[in-house]
Amino acid sequence: MTEPLLQIKGLSVDFRTDDGVVHAVTDVSLAVQPGEIVAIVGESGSGKTVTAMSVLRLLPKAAEVSADAIAFRGTDLRTLSAARLRAIRGGPVGMIFQDPMTALNPVMTIGGQVAEAVLLHQRRPDRKAAWRRAVELLGLVGVPDPAERVKQYPHEFSGGMRQRAMIAMAIANDPDLIIADEPTTALDVTIQAQVLALLRKAQAETGAATILITHDLGVVAELADRVVVMYAGRVVESAGVRELFAVPRHPYTKGLLASLPRMDLDVDQLDPIPGNPPNMAAPPAGCPFHPRCPLARDRCRTELPPLLEIGVGRSSACHFHDELAVTA
Amino acid sequence: MGAFLVRRLSINVLVFFLITIAVFALVHKTPGDPIAMQIPADQLNSGSADFIAQKRAELGLDRSLVVQYWHWLTNALHGDLGYSLLNGRPVTELLGERIGPTIELMGVGLLISLLIAFPLGILAARRRNSWLDYGATVVSLGSVSIPVFFVALIVIYVFTLKFQWFPSSGISDPTNPGLLDSLHHLVLPALILGFGNSGPFMRYVRSSMITELDADYVRTANAKGASPRRVVLRHAFRNSLIPVLTVIATNLPQLLAGAVVIEQVFAWPGMGQLAVSSVNQHDYSVIVGFALLIAIIVLLSNLLADVLYTVVDPRVRLR
Ligand SMILES: Nc1ncnc2c1ncn2[C@@H]1O[C@H](COP(=O)(O)OP(=O)(O)OP(=O)(O)O)[C@@H](O)[C@H]1O
Ligand code: SF4
Ligand SMILES: [Mg+2]
Repeated sequence: MTEPLLQIKGLSVDFRTDDGVVHAVTDVSLAVQPGEIVAIVGESGSGKTVTAMSVLRLLPKAAEVSADAIAFRGTDLRTLSAARLRAIRGGPVGMIFQDPMTALNPVMTIGGQVAEAVLLHQRRPDRKAAWRRAVELLGLVGVPDPAERVKQYPHEFSGGMRQRAMIAMAIANDPDLIIADEPTTALDVTIQAQVLALLRKAQAETGAATILITHDLGVVAELADRVVVMYAGRVVESAGVRELFAVPRHPYTKGLLASLPRMDLDVDQLDPIPGNPPNMAAPPAGCPFHPRCPLARDRCRTELPPLLEIGVGRSSACHFHDELAVTA
Repeated sequence: MGAFLVRRLSINVLVFFLITIAVFALVHKTPGDPIAMQIPADQLNSGSADFIAQKRAELGLDRSLVVQYWHWLTNALHGDLGYSLLNGRPVTELLGERIGPTIELMGVGLLISLLIAFPLGILAARRRNSWLDYGATVVSLGSVSIPVFFVALIVIYVFTLKFQWFPSSGISDPTNPGLLDSLHHLVLPALILGFGNSGPFMRYVRSSMITELDADYVRTANAKGASPRRVVLRHAFRNSLIPVLTVIATNLPQLLAGAVVIEQVFAWPGMGQLAVSSVNQHDYSVIVGFALLIAIIVLLSNLLADVLYTVVDPRVRLR
């Protein structure tokens, strides 16, 4: 296998809060190959956003991040100087955020913001060229009449149009990796499909690898090559999308899939698995999923199951993953 | 934008009339009589009552308040604010020669307070809970809680009496006039006024900046590769101005109040001085004229804040 584009090893993120230390992410490892679309799924609070933000060191100062490796094309992002990190942010790595209502600066024109993304990565900053490119990019992502609409402000754009502008900024410098954190969650259902189609088109045209964070298993089935399932700040299963949907090898994944009579419903809408995710300031001993797991037994209450390779390109963090392989 | 301004303007005109009515009523209801004030106590006798009544009739003070107000208003709209009851000079003339020094003091004082408040507030917001943040808090608390006259006395003691660096009285030296001399006289009063007003501004700049630096669009700017300086100056700063502008505009009466005190201490020949002496002597027409002028200044600055709003926040234009 070639060197991964992005390699995260042993990532842990803690937040010191008044209620104690919140272990938002614990020992997460993840590799993204060039051109690959990796979906990260999991309930609210499972650590998806925190994982994604730690790649470009975008977490607030309060976050205590530790990792054995965070490498992009072999460059160690943990220790990279601030200036060189900025060259990667918005350059070879583009980001798209969940809420286009708040993710854009309300007092700057859309064109100004897209052009800024271009300008910040030009070798010789050229405002006029950046502005022309902004118009071109907005046209590319399907904003009608881009030459006029560049001059408008975010409040003059609909939610879907704003998310298109976000995508335009993310792909402005022909990235190798796009990190999209729930890019459609805040949008109307009809708009969601359009934005997803655009995202797929952008991905296909740039050939960028993509980390797609989503609640929507329908989107995962449609877009992703590989799926990483997170629970309570840990990766509990990771597999190719077909294999995962065919034979989930972790009870949590199985619960997610079993509760999907229709592919287009949200994980959260269905509340598929009885019970709530654990308090991350005081996670249960043993397997963090055991209070909700139908297969749980004594061993699960005391012994943390490690994430083990259980086949080619797939792993599971369940003591009894074998049993699931049989039932399929 | 046009409709927005027209609406704000008409509200301001309404407020303006209410202020003049209130001031007019208040001034004329205060105990004490401007004519009687001018007669020395030992000369008051049975005949002075008639004299006072006659004088009051001459000046129209015996008529009903409504009539007096109407009279005053129609004249005022023609630019005539009446005459001083004390020395008979036109009120517009009296105010006219006093307004310049006060505006100068307030303007430079405001500028200084902003020059203190913005850098300190922004730095404090960027380095929350650092020694710099705490230091800025102490400075702003000091600026709010130490009375202006007290600061003035200390400053005069140190810079005028001890080191003799700056003068502490008047607006210029008639024997040696010029721009440099004017600036020299302006330094102490303007610095004290500016310092006294910087505290609340700084707190608002800081808290507004903290809110903005936590906003999602700041994370977006960071994710695009913007430098911290650019994130603060290009993105957060302009957003943080929106609430701060209101504070600056609504704080103008306090700025003026501070200027009145400082004018007393530094013998600064502005409106504050004039107002204090007029109040002491019940010089009605000057007091009302002064109040009118303040109302105009405050309303104009509110209007200016409204205009600046539409410049800073594109969302306001459509409302
Ligand atoms: N700034 C912070 N301070 C304290 N705790 C935080 C902070 N940011 C995140 N967390 C905690 O970290 C955990 C993981 O949060 P994260 O945002 O990564 O979840 P998520 O999987 O993205 O959820 P969602 O689907 O709701 O976006 C949560 O328990 C959250 O409360
Ligand atoms: S280790 Fe035990 S509790 Fe955890 S998922 Fe597997 S069976 Fe369930
Ligand atoms: Mg999230």
